[in-house]
Amino acid sequence: MKSCLIVDDSKVIRMVAKKILQELSFETLEAADGRAALDACQQAMPDAVLLDWNMPVMNGIEFLRELRKLPGGGAPVVVFCTTENDIEHIQEAIEAGANEYIMKPFDSEILQTKFVQVGLLS
Amino acid sequence: MKPEDFDYLSKMLRDRSGLVLTKDKAYLLESRLMPVARKRGYKGLEDLVTQLRNRDETLANDVTEAMTTNESFFFRDVKPFDQFRQIVLPNLLKARATRKNFRIWCAAASSGQEPYTLAMILKEEAARLNGWRHDILGTDLSKEILSKAQRGIYSQFEVQRGLPIQMLVKYFKKADDMWEIDPAVRSMVQYKPWNLLQDLKPLGSFDVVFCRNVLIYFDQPTKTKVLNSIADLLADDGVLYLGGAETVLGISDRFKPIPGQRGVYAVQKPGYSGPSLGAAAG
Repeated sequence: MKSCLIVDDSKVIRMVAKKILQELSFETLEAADGRAALDACQQAMPDAVLLDWNMPVMNGIEFLRELRKLPGGGAPVVVFCTTENDIEHIQEAIEAGANEYIMKPFDSEILQTKFVQVGLLS
Repeated sequence: MKPEDFDYLSKMLRDRSGLVLTKDKAYLLESRLMPVARKRGYKGLEDLVTQLRNRDETLANDVTEAMTTNESFFFRDVKPFDQFRQIVLPNLLKARATRKNFRIWCAAASSGQEPYTLAMILKEEAARLNGWRHDILGTDLSKEILSKAQRGIYSQFEVQRGLPIQMLVKYFKKADDMWEIDPAVRSMVQYKPWNLLQDLKPLGSFDVVFCRNVLIYFDQPTKTKVLNSIADLLADDGVLYLGGAETVLGISDRFKPIPGQRGVYAVQKPGYSGPSLGAAAG
């Protein structure tokens, strides 16, 4: 079973994502900000990270840059999931090492097709 | 809805588009035709059927379009497009090296996602296509959906269904809340309203045909008729792509599945025994 770390400061979004991901047979973990997510990754690298951009303590892009510096931090497939929907943010995310990018609002179908594209699902 | 109204609508749809509307799909009539009825100021579907019985041709077209329009995704199902890029396209480049041209037909282009997916793939391979001429033709029964395809403007939801983010950044521009496809990609596709039950010959000949998720709506004799007409238009080594839930088996002997490649079929032409464009290099 593949694991996905859900990083979002909104409990509601985490719940929605968790439900969708569990239906797709993912084991889910949660973090409410980038710092907590980084701590979780240092303990065990997940297969995937679903990542919000704007969060307190440490935002998504800072988390991603830190993650990619960690030993083994290149491995997790990182999919941004944010309300930021302009080309500049998307490009910044790709340059920082994001594998895919979801613009909120999203639904189960979008999440599923994006996960198929990055090879997390067949 | 009165049974005689249902029967009238289902017969009309079958005659015009080949669509088979079974009783369990009756709910679709309500959800898809109420907007058409409201646009005309009718109270309900009864008024609409009454008007259809008066041989209102415009309304009959609107009703057929509303019932046959379906949602489409970029890179739908991923694999057929990988297969196209990795196997069929290289084979085309070899097989047509003297002519340097090929034609692709999307037989149910809907709002344009499939033909634009192919156009983006050709853009990605532009370096190898230098000096080549390639046509992509997109047809659909619905003029309305084709005008959306022609505009090439999609909602945030639509561009997220199947389109890799790198492709979005590369080939789309954000315009307010919508995403507009690069005019250079848009101009690679020509659109033409066409009914698959009509004579297909005027469309010309093709090397590759995508006819995905259309046959499922047809009854068996219609499927056979459409598949055989497509076979007539294909080059000797041409290939056909069908949707995941569709097959030629038991429906047409003009096509053969290509081993190991789901959803891709090689046309069978009398007297031709060469390789198919869909055959993986051995």
